[in-house]
Amino acid sequence: MAAGDHLTPLLLQPERAPRLTLADWDIVVRQGRRAALLATLATRLDDRHLLKTVPERPRRHLQAAMAIAHRHAAAVAWEAGEIGRALAFGDVPFVLLKGAAYVAAHLPPAAGRLFSDIDILVEKGRLADAEQALLVHGWVTTHHDPYDQRYYRQWMHELPPLRHVRRQTVLDLHHALLPETARLHPDPAKVWAAAVAVEGGAGLRVLCPADMVLHSATHLFFDGELDHGLRDLVDLDALLRHFGNDPAFWPRLLDRADELGLGRPLHYALRYTTQRLATPVAAAVVRSAARAAPTPLAAPLMDALFSRALAPDHPTCATPLTPLARFLLYLRAHYLRMPLHLLLPHLLRKAWMRRHPERPPARPLNGELREE
Amino acid sequence: MKVADLPAGAVARRLRHGGLDLRLGPFIARIESPIPAVTEGITQLWAEAAVVERGFADFHVRLAPPAGLRRWFRPQVLFEFDGAAPFLPLPREQAFAFLEWGLNWCVANHAHQYLVIHAAAVERHGGVAILPAPPGSGKSTLCAGLIARGWRLLSDELTLVSLATGKVAPLPRPVSLKNESIEVIRRFAPDAVLSAPCHDTTKGNVAHMRPPATSTARDGEEAAAAWILFPRFRAGAPLELGERSRARTFMAVVENGFNYHVLGGDGFDAVATLVDRCGCFDLTYGDLTEAVATMDRLAQEQQ
Repeated sequence: MAAGDHLTPLLLQPERAPRLTLADWDIVVRQGRRAALLATLATRLDDRHLLKTVPERPRRHLQAAMAIAHRHAAAVAWEAGEIGRALAFGDVPFVLLKGAAYVAAHLPPAAGRLFSDIDILVEKGRLADAEQALLVHGWVTTHHDPYDQRYYRQWMHELPPLRHVRRQTVLDLHHALLPETARLHPDPAKVWAAAVAVEGGAGLRVLCPADMVLHSATHLFFDGELDHGLRDLVDLDALLRHFGNDPAFWPRLLDRADELGLGRPLHYALRYTTQRLATPVAAAVVRSAARAAPTPLAAPLMDALFSRALAPDHPTCATPLTPLARFLLYLRAHYLRMPLHLLLPHLLRKAWMRRHPERPPARPLNGELREE
Repeated sequence: MKVADLPAGAVARRLRHGGLDLRLGPFIARIESPIPAVTEGITQLWAEAAVVERGFADFHVRLAPPAGLRRWFRPQVLFEFDGAAPFLPLPREQAFAFLEWGLNWCVANHAHQYLVIHAAAVERHGGVAILPAPPGSGKSTLCAGLIARGWRLLSDELTLVSLATGKVAPLPRPVSLKNESIEVIRRFAPDAVLSAPCHDTTKGNVAHMRPPATSTARDGEEAAAAWILFPRFRAGAPLELGERSRARTFMAVVENGFNYHVLGGDGFDAVATLVDRCGCFDLTYGDLTEAVATMDRLAQEQQ
């Protein structure tokens, strides 16, 4: 556990809540907010009837976070239906990914989860049809820069994000789980073939349990920039606890990781969920997944990096090495996405564009502020 | 203890080192800043705000110079919410205004125990008048005029309707006045404490008026809404007070609701209950004295 992490212990043992002082809550609320886990914490306290033990001031923030999460869940469920209608128009089948899938399939990580976008998967051969059908229904691209368009279309596993013109919701359209240029490249056809219909979900489909866990692990350890690392780990923990109730799940998960070439992300997922969130996984399963562990030379380094990056991204959790750890993981994520001869020019351009944006910056207007 | 009770230099010292914890209506803000304009603004305009002991703070904000050369060259200020910067920097002379706007953003985005409406709220004889209006409508001018004539200030910018009680919670903070309004209020209320105007390229000149001490002293007292009134200033226009339909009032309150979309069904019920209990009016005015007299008459009739 990172030095100042007050959030993780409370997520693990909500029963500790009544013992917290106001000064403790001052830190917990901020860490929870930054980690996008405040509503998750609130839900766990509420489930155990502990919310009323929290002093009024911090309790208001927990309740406000829950109100936002409820709205997000309702909006995501509704939006999934809209996407379904739009894609049915083009006769394009699709699968819901990540958070939207948890909501649609009523899975435990949905409780208290916040959303910034919705992710869906379509077959690569149907991308153009999907784009067309979505455009007709109001989803337009957000990246008009030709470089960005080329970056996404040629190298990535998703199109540039689409935004709905009226509702402003953002949709990520994937055709694979990882970029075309990535070190790991699980066969999208296999993932697609194993997807399952949601019970009572009006034709909505999600990944099969093993693939859902593997995708979540891959996203966290091989794709993301870890700004919400702890939240993603909490998702994984909730999925493993839920699916793991069925003993047949574990051998299927290990086999599937081999089949898709995702042994390494599964190893990380099991290592860090068991270590940090006490996820109940049989020792034999952890050992079996550890066959895909990094070399004995690299393993301590990865532990050192992830132990810092999986704490809430808040100053109260930072050690002197946290910024370096996060920076190295940022480089690693990019290195895993693209070979160096593509990556270096891309990162240089990104750094340049950050300093010299083409659009003038937003300004506060009439006492209401526009966000950056 | 109030800001005004702190010994000389203590405000600046606390703002620089560790932060000053102030109670602002229902919220506690921990404010840090090394910038003298922030110290001045707080000392002058928040003199009556309560300084509270270190414990839980709702909002941790910091106003600081951004890193880099801009420290010396056309200096800027950055607003940080708990270490993150949600906005682009502004010119340094707007530091105190940035604090006010930034805190508004904090409240509108986190205080979902309230329906937060973009509106001024003032109270007389126990009845609250809610004045929602777009910028330029003369809302803040009317609000400043009313509080200079004995109305209690609940808020100039954010009206907080409690979902629990249905009443309006006070958040009395300085009233923001723009351009000609500054001179109008100086003439109308020579005793009012106004900050030196600062220049903003998008808004023109902005000055803040200190809330009356009696309003700040009663900032824990909620009150029931009695009127929703849409002011519109038109130079030289005769005063006109017209009833407005409840349906149109409902839609206008929704449009001015900062967090209506977050509250869902609770938000709908809160607006419906609010509109039902209030007299709904459009008020066009060209003269502040007339407008204030009309509002006084409304309050008398209600009594």
